[in-house]
Amino acid sequence: MTTSPSSGDTVISEKLRSFIGLESIAVMYEIERHAVQRFACAIGDTNPLYTDREFAQATSYGGVIAPPTFLRSLLPGDYPKLYPEPFAHILDGGSKYRYNEPVRVGDRITVVRKISDLFEKHGRMGTMLFKISEINYTNQESRLVAVQTTTTITYGMGEKDSGVGDH
Amino acid sequence: MFEDVAIGDELPEIVKKPDTRQLVMYAGASQDFVAIHYDQNVAQEAGHPKVIIHGALKSAWLGQLVTTWMGVNGRLLELDVSYRAIDFPGETLTCIGKVIDTRIEDGVGLVELEIGLNNSEGASSTPGRALVSLPTRAAN
Repeated sequence: MTTSPSSGDTVISEKLRSFIGLESIAVMYEIERHAVQRFACAIGDTNPLYTDREFAQATSYGGVIAPPTFLRSLLPGDYPKLYPEPFAHILDGGSKYRYNEPVRVGDRITVVRKISDLFEKHGRMGTMLFKISEINYTNQESRLVAVQTTTTITYGMGEKDSGVGDH
Repeated sequence: MFEDVAIGDELPEIVKKPDTRQLVMYAGASQDFVAIHYDQNVAQEAGHPKVIIHGALKSAWLGQLVTTWMGVNGRLLELDVSYRAIDFPGETLTCIGKVIDTRIEDGVGLVELEIGLNNSEGASSTPGRALVSLPTRAAN
């Protein structure tokens, strides 16, 4: 399904372009305290706000919250049709987070992603496809708690790495 | 307190020395199983000399830098991070930040920070910015 892009060609087909604005299938996560604890431990952040119920209750947060980038672990669902990823390799270009409120243990967070832009650049890795996605995180009270805007870069031919297409 | 912060103030640094074990822990905790973060062959096939640190783990450290500095009464409003260069396990990485603006909007004390991560050679691999709100004396 992939064709080797040469100069003048674009990897951004009409089919690929049709994904701009398309929403992923909504996925709901219940925020479980051990998942938050595991995430805080994995990043090496010992802030008791993420693990100590008594400590957290005494603060202005009133309870245990998740670290700001815990949102990364709440993976968006698939798109309603198969995303035709043209490349084999993936790099994360960056993230922009906008927070309205923290994620709390016990929240039920619904995650929806959509692609807001696709463009290509030519660099040392050959043609690279840049995908800008906006991920919305909404809580059980229908409040938008945060938005993450991601830049995902894909490049190169060959067998697809595991995980390519998930981001 | 917002009034205690001035432009040019530096945040206390956070130093990280990640090993491949931490990358595996992060892969599990974040559900990011892209293999360039734990499989040497896949990393090399993708053009890297060895397995690379998850960009999002670097974001997590910069989040830690900011939230530790602002304390439990601060609120993180915005966090932007760009992965300009790749970093590898075994390196010593230093998270740094400084205050670049302070302002009051609608009675809320806002502090803008320039943040980033320096690699073992002292080069910035991961620049970013953050916006936090801090309580003001006037509101207390």
